[in-house]
Amino acid sequence: MNSSLLVIEFLVALLGLGVLLSDLWITTAAGRRSLAYVAAAGLLLIFTLHAGAFAPADGTAFGGMFVVDALANFFKSLFLVAAMAVLLISTRFAERLNGYGEFVALVLFGLVGMLLAASANDFVLMFVALELITVTFYILVSFQRNRLSSIEAGVKYLIFGALAAAFMVFGITLIFGAANSTNFYEIAAKQGELIKSPVFLIGLLLTFVGLGFKISAFPFQMWTPDVYQGAPAPVTAFLATGSKAAGFVLVLRLNYGVVPDLALGWTHLLLGFALATTLYGSFCALAQRSVKRLMGYSSITNAGYLLIGIAAANSTGASAVAFFLVSYVFTTLLVFAVITVVTAEGESDDVSAFSGLGQRSPFLAAGMTLGLVSLAGVPPLAGFFGKFWLFKSAALRVGDDRWFLVAILVACVAVVMSLYYYFGIVRAMYWPRHAVEPAPIEPHLPIRLAMVTCIAAVLILGVFPGGLVGVAQQAVAGLAPSPGMPAVHAVTPVAAH
Amino acid sequence: MSPVSLLLLIPFLGALAILLTPSKYAAAWRGIALGATGLAVMVSLFIYFGFQPGGAGFQMTGKVDWNASIGLAYHVGVDGLNVGLLLVTALVGFAAVGVSCDIERQPKMFYTLLLIMVGGALGSFASLDLFFLYFFNELALVPTFLMIGIWGRGEQKNYAAFQITLYLSLGALVALAGLICLYALSGANTLDVVILAAWLQEHPLSDSSQTLIFGLLLFGFGTLVGLFPFHSWAPLGYGVAPTATAMMHAGILKKIGLFALLRAAFPLLPVGVAHWTGVLAILCLGNLLYCGWVAMKQRDLNLLFGNSSLAHMGFVFLGLASVSVIGITGAVVIMVAHALLAALEFALSGYLYRQTGTLDLGKLGGALRQMPFIGATLVAALLAGCGVPGFANFAGEITVMFGVWPSFPWQVVAAAWGGLIIGGVYMLRAIRQVAHGEVSPAMAGATDANGVSRTPYLVLLLALLYFGLAPGSLVERIKPSVERIVKLAKSASPASPVSEPSAVATASAPAH
Repeated sequence: MNSSLLVIEFLVALLGLGVLLSDLWITTAAGRRSLAYVAAAGLLLIFTLHAGAFAPADGTAFGGMFVVDALANFFKSLFLVAAMAVLLISTRFAERLNGYGEFVALVLFGLVGMLLAASANDFVLMFVALELITVTFYILVSFQRNRLSSIEAGVKYLIFGALAAAFMVFGITLIFGAANSTNFYEIAAKQGELIKSPVFLIGLLLTFVGLGFKISAFPFQMWTPDVYQGAPAPVTAFLATGSKAAGFVLVLRLNYGVVPDLALGWTHLLLGFALATTLYGSFCALAQRSVKRLMGYSSITNAGYLLIGIAAANSTGASAVAFFLVSYVFTTLLVFAVITVVTAEGESDDVSAFSGLGQRSPFLAAGMTLGLVSLAGVPPLAGFFGKFWLFKSAALRVGDDRWFLVAILVACVAVVMSLYYYFGIVRAMYWPRHAVEPAPIEPHLPIRLAMVTCIAAVLILGVFPGGLVGVAQQAVAGLAPSPGMPAVHAVTPVAAH
Repeated sequence: MSPVSLLLLIPFLGALAILLTPSKYAAAWRGIALGATGLAVMVSLFIYFGFQPGGAGFQMTGKVDWNASIGLAYHVGVDGLNVGLLLVTALVGFAAVGVSCDIERQPKMFYTLLLIMVGGALGSFASLDLFFLYFFNELALVPTFLMIGIWGRGEQKNYAAFQITLYLSLGALVALAGLICLYALSGANTLDVVILAAWLQEHPLSDSSQTLIFGLLLFGFGTLVGLFPFHSWAPLGYGVAPTATAMMHAGILKKIGLFALLRAAFPLLPVGVAHWTGVLAILCLGNLLYCGWVAMKQRDLNLLFGNSSLAHMGFVFLGLASVSVIGITGAVVIMVAHALLAALEFALSGYLYRQTGTLDLGKLGGALRQMPFIGATLVAALLAGCGVPGFANFAGEITVMFGVWPSFPWQVVAAAWGGLIIGGVYMLRAIRQVAHGEVSPAMAGATDANGVSRTPYLVLLLALLYFGLAPGSLVERIKPSVERIVKLAKSASPASPVSEPSAVATASAPAH
């Protein structure tokens, strides 16, 4: 067994255990907070190792269950960055969260789940990874035990999560029954035959139900707004970035790598889900007053955009999904950093809590504006190029399938609607309806650090997207062989298993 | 570095300098903005007079491979189409900063946003890569929301800020959808107009794709210009916007849509041109007659200016629809002239509002007695608006009518009616109500602009007169480029080869 491939996962898990243990000896709040700094620094170290010399070579472990390839590495970097930012942001919450040390450890364990999901090459490991993520989030979502809404959100997430997991297990059993294997490579090798089997198709469909829950795709999105609103803001940030991206890396791997023929056959099904998701999120967000709920609906809308890229089933679509997720993660972290500070100041996350933020803290208001404008997809920010590239993947299909034109136009309408609800917050920050008490807010250093990093990323990715597009294209190259063409054939199985 | 790149850089560097100047030196903000736009005027004058008339190619180009893998490059240059527009953009930007001396709330943010707007507008005119054209256009549009919201006036500013932002974004996104389809379907993996034009000569798009993309571009960019029936955002938006924003918007940003049609849609999609110009020739009547008629009914000077500027856009659309060298040349002359005229109109109405607190035509009167300079400039602007010879607008409008006569004689009759009769009615009536007569109570306390504060108005008026008295300098620059565009736009052969198995029917082109 080639366990050296799992070095990143081992290190993060060890870090988590270390945090959990040292929490026993630390009694002061300041000490607990420093745990988060240590954990973030540890992640930074692991990130450098991962990006640098200690990057594990491509290969598989555990009899082909676990794979390290460009796609896995790409997403692992993303998860590490997201977890780092979430830890920094969460320090603002340290006093409020009972047992903050456990909180830090749980974030790290959730991260291990995400890292495993990026490398999952087997339906069983995929399920285990997703459960590791989901179970950590059951606890994280309801971490503010003294707040009823937090508990309520936790229960909702538990019920929906359990239901989705049940669907997925059922689906995996059917797939195993039909394919006599759960390994992605083995299934990919005979997918041409398998997709004629109804049992296999039903199994796959049920698996997508489970993934649809993770990425909050319509009609499995019901939990999103409630949980986003009830959970502590840093947890919501992690849910919106890490957990969603983990779902999408699996969707990418399944759709492009395991059953590409089916993905082409299911174009209209996927497109239908994509458009329904986009429109559902947009319409529901229009009337929202709670900013965290609004971000929940915005997260649904963005899942819809991403699904358009999945439905396009060409290599541009795959790289667009990867690029879009990176830009989305940075932007969302930026927005949630501000939400964390503002909600920590005034308890409420109503739009009115942001009134006059332009005067109370120009830095926070500018960060929030940049984040929202980038989410809406306005140049020169990262969100714009993400959408541009996604729309291009759909436009490549307009020639042979006019539904993709409909998809692009629907997405355009959704973008305009999103401008309306995002700019509602901008308006409240810069010209509030009622005069506000100008109580200045001074965000502390770690949050500033996280925000400055995200702002830099949002600007750089917006102005110079080429570098990341190149990396994303390489990351998905193993999935769809010829660029620009619809993915037709799966990767050839690697000899290692 | 190409002087064009330098021109683009100046406003953005100015914005950055303002951002970095601490509040202790607040007086410097306005100075930096004036300096940056003044410098931009000089560079644009250098570009305008350094431009060699006669060549159809691009001059003073600058190119940076932005992202080779995606096929998008920063590519700027000037030809006859944009050389005049760049000059007036710099002039209007300078004048807009000049008239903004009344901004007291958050001046730092105001001047930063204004400079970004100017830089964005310059960038879209200079870009030869359509991705960047769009990119800069959005960059110029977004500050509008904040500017109207924070510094706008009147009860309706909140509604207007959202209306103008959402309406224009929808238009821009529809155009973006068209550009992305062009990018994806051409197979050239680029949006550089120079490369794309050559590529599409060899590998034309299928007829249905061309029709589809042209439709998306026409209605997308058309919305940005206020093409009937997608015009309703304009008058209200201008009415509530702060003076500088209204000047930039009505004068400059509106022209970007027209410019983009000439840059992208006409030369690249000949089949689309053949298919859609008939529709365009009918829709432009809506601008010419309906918007003119609405302008006639207005009681508010800003709403009158807003609607009349939509009516003038009808002339430009008519010129485009003719696909003739004379017609399109005239259309470009109008674009240049109207940029100056609209900016001057809104600068003057902003001054009147600041002095009198109202723009109600019934409450104004006697401006010539009370404020000889402002009153006289206003009379000049209103006369230019109804097409009096001597101003650049006349030169453009008459050229358009000559150019369009062979293809759409009835529309020319309507245009003459709309521009000369209807326009004459409301413009002359406005002169009578605002400039002549007894000094109204609202006007009684007003003071005239004097000394240096006259500069912005003078700059715009003199430019209007210069291009009106010597339109030749503009026309000799514009004409070769237009000849090239018309040649490309008419190059559609009846049986153009189908380069892809497209199933997109003509009828699916969305008309919304």
